[in-house]
Amino acid sequence: MSNPPDTARPRLAAKVRLKRDDIRQKPLLLFPEGVLVLNQTAHEVVALCDGQRTVAEIVKTLGEKFGSDMIDQDVKDLLARLIEKGLMTVAD
Amino acid sequence: METPRPYSLLCELTYRCPLQCPYCSNPIDFARHTDELATVEWERILTEAAALGAVQAHFSGGEPLLRADLPQIIRRARDLGLYSNLSTGGTLFDEKIGTQLRAAGLDSLQVSIQDADADNSDRLAGGAPSFAKKIRAAQIAKELGFFLTVNVVLHRQNLDRIEAIISMAEALGAERLELANSQYNGWALKNRAAFLPTRAQVEHAAHVAGAAQQRLKGRMKILYVLPDYFEPFPKACLYGWGRVFMTVAADGAVLPCQTAREIRGLKFDNARRHSLPEIWFESKTFQIFRGTGWLPEPCQSCPRKEVDFGGCRCQAFLLTGDATATDPVCSLAPKHHLIGDALAEAESDAGKQLVYRTAGESLRLAEAVIR
Repeated sequence: MSNPPDTARPRLAAKVRLKRDDIRQKPLLLFPEGVLVLNQTAHEVVALCDGQRTVAEIVKTLGEKFGSDMIDQDVKDLLARLIEKGLMTVAD
Repeated sequence: METPRPYSLLCELTYRCPLQCPYCSNPIDFARHTDELATVEWERILTEAAALGAVQAHFSGGEPLLRADLPQIIRRARDLGLYSNLSTGGTLFDEKIGTQLRAAGLDSLQVSIQDADADNSDRLAGGAPSFAKKIRAAQIAKELGFFLTVNVVLHRQNLDRIEAIISMAEALGAERLELANSQYNGWALKNRAAFLPTRAQVEHAAHVAGAAQQRLKGRMKILYVLPDYFEPFPKACLYGWGRVFMTVAADGAVLPCQTAREIRGLKFDNARRHSLPEIWFESKTFQIFRGTGWLPEPCQSCPRKEVDFGGCRCQAFLLTGDATATDPVCSLAPKHHLIGDALAEAESDAGKQLVYRTAGESLRLAEAVIR
């Protein structure tokens, strides 16, 4: 599992839908074989993955919002996991 | 503990089907349940399911494309925010219906194919030749831009062609290939002597599937699950009874899983008379095996009880006659020898005769059970 480069522009794979589950009060990713319940941080990241913003821009935006030093690696780990699962794709 | 809510609703829109696969997951007595729900009833069921917490709706059959109201039903699912999957045998799929389903908001399409060998696929599916139509259906699905899953049920009579099956799915451009080893419940259990593979077959297939998973990474996702007869522990069937899944059958019977009708003695409420939340939370059938409190020994004191929930209730009932028994697939189960006996038989000799899933066989077999 490798990190996406700073210049990559991630977006959800075409088969995936992001949904706010009003019953459970949680954000979800829906895809053919299942459901992934997102925590708040993951939701913040996924919501910024629009295929336009680069990884570096996403990290910067979240850093300004939450002000954490760890955020760079956290974002990249999450994106790498979603790419590995086939839920996220990246355009260069 | 708070009662969980279902994530997923399976809608078996009809038990009618042009195919006769001898491992069909429909109940043995499907031909006795012919009073299909109307469009407005399915629309109400989807609305209730969404309110209950479902976020996914799977549409299957029988052959769901036999329902002329399928686009309307899918549209309702989409309007409710449900992610929708359609499982079809493919023989009735064409550009026209595909375009309608796409416009209705169908998210994902699964076409079942019986084998990569056309003649064997036709023989296994029964009825009129179907292989060429299935291939065409998969191609049309891709042309229309659907996310395509190809599903092939694996067993003794096609496992040795696993390379060809993977190549077929690859050539079709499937995003996902589901290599589902047959579960020996219902129809498949009637045909177990003909379908149960040898250990060598299973190991070869697992090796090939593993290599293909690596090779096709990022292009086609391959799901390969070992048949539970060959595993030391049972599957986490349904991820627990009445926990994640809910099924509504063609006639409105509400089931914890699509096979549950095989368990004699269970009573199923009907969505025509009760709401889904009422059935999910209050019916005896949904509560009977919910959680782990009901588990017998050796499950009750087993560290895996929250992992596999004692295994499959249908398999326990069908093999031991007792739905509360430990799934005999488990190496710790008192009746585990039943599995060993079946596997030993599979090593020495295979049955040849297939019992096809036809209305006639259904009624004959159901009659035999009642006697």
